[in-house]
Amino acid sequence: MSDRIVIVGAGQAAAQAVQTLRAENVAAPITMIGDEAYLPYQRPPLSKKFLAGELEAERLLIRPVEFYKEAAVEIRLGQKVVALDRKAKAVRLGSGEVIPYGKLLLATGSRVRRLGGPNAELPGVFYLRDIADVDAIRPHFKPGARLTVIGGGYVGLEVAAVAAKSGLEVTVLEIADRVLARVASPEISSFFEAEHKKAGVAIRTRCGAVSIEGKGKLEAVRAGDDRINADLLIVGIGILPNMELAADAGLACDNGILVDENARTSDPDILAAGDCTTHPNPLMNRRLRLESVQNAIDQAKAAAHAMAGRPRPYAEVPWFWSDQYDLKLQSAGLSEPGDARVLRGEMSARKFAVFHLRDGVVVAVECVNAAPEYMIGRQLIAKKARIAPERLADVNTPMKALI
Amino acid sequence: MAKIKYIEHNGKEHVLEVPNGWSVMEGAVKNLVPGIDADCGGACACATCHVYVGEEWLSKLEPKSDMEQTMLDFASEVKENSRLSCQIKVSEALDGLVVRMPESQH
Repeated sequence: MSDRIVIVGAGQAAAQAVQTLRAENVAAPITMIGDEAYLPYQRPPLSKKFLAGELEAERLLIRPVEFYKEAAVEIRLGQKVVALDRKAKAVRLGSGEVIPYGKLLLATGSRVRRLGGPNAELPGVFYLRDIADVDAIRPHFKPGARLTVIGGGYVGLEVAAVAAKSGLEVTVLEIADRVLARVASPEISSFFEAEHKKAGVAIRTRCGAVSIEGKGKLEAVRAGDDRINADLLIVGIGILPNMELAADAGLACDNGILVDENARTSDPDILAAGDCTTHPNPLMNRRLRLESVQNAIDQAKAAAHAMAGRPRPYAEVPWFWSDQYDLKLQSAGLSEPGDARVLRGEMSARKFAVFHLRDGVVVAVECVNAAPEYMIGRQLIAKKARIAPERLADVNTPMKALI
Repeated sequence: MAKIKYIEHNGKEHVLEVPNGWSVMEGAVKNLVPGIDADCGGACACATCHVYVGEEWLSKLEPKSDMEQTMLDFASEVKENSRLSCQIKVSEALDGLVVRMPESQH
């Protein structure tokens, strides 16, 4: 029987798992299988500095190739795992090769949600998820080019910011009544909407049904009654967890691969970490599927500790960030409709925070250029602290006095 | 290119040539120097790339931004000469820089 640890996926969670496994002195052979051509790399800069051309691909790598050599990891890049046989305890690659495992870590990540309908595959229509996507987009990022972005989420707005700075003519289409509707409060949404408008980006919320027009290549995007001429379309309408390999093998899945607080799936020899999972979060009191670097790193650590036989349950306050123009948005915790919101600072000063309280307890914070609020806010959330709204709102009370 | 000396908490030294434009954090991570986690990859979002800068170098570095200062306020074992290594950009002027790692980044 093999004692090999096989990692399916070669992203942030995979790289972290390798690091923690070896740091925990797990000596088992490790094989890491990724379907992209690259060693694990950071995705967040793809829609920011990498798109802007300020960072070479080599600098995106989470660890250099020597790291994996030193860790004696057998690396298979450009290979897809097509089947998981839990009885035989083995995975099968697209090439037909079968690799047996002792423990399996599914770090399969997520993929973009794609537009349907006619013309969705026309040249000029792009998604942004990996290095190859950005390499394809970059040649079209020329001053004066007309870019339409579908989706006013983090990726869509980050792309819009880079494009506006690069001199493109940018329109963002959002189906909801505000940008960042799924991930941010109305205050943050309206602030970023205003910032983008100042930068010359046209934002159309409640844009209605969107369709693509063009003969042989993209020519325009139709949103409701409007027709917007476009040289380039970037679609950022969310991601889907890559859970099919797990589901086909009979592992429990529901909007992601179901794992416990130690990143274990319903099969004791199979763990999962990162975007592809949903996990019970004791701090948020519910199951979460998170799409973030923090989740990939912390859950991969939990998976590695579990594989090492020294479980260290995953219980972190989720945190996120986004860079747009000179603005750093940092948020922690998760809010729900119905939570009370408290504004601290002035939005016009471009430095403020929105705290979210549920039954008087701090459950989330969103900060724009406001690091103290973010750092202390994270601790308040972890402690389930109860702070009077007037004190949170009072900028003359230093954040440190609230902890 | 600048020669930078990284000293682990246990005293082990690593002298590396780091390209201009990279951060001091990248110089460590890409050369397998242990002791710098850099969870966020250099976005000044996590404070896990904390280092102590040799006293004689402090005045030669670009001053800390408000963001870096605040992130540092919440790192552990912070001293006068603490910096986040992702925020120190390497140039010829930093040739000979010495940084020491704290015991832990968390």
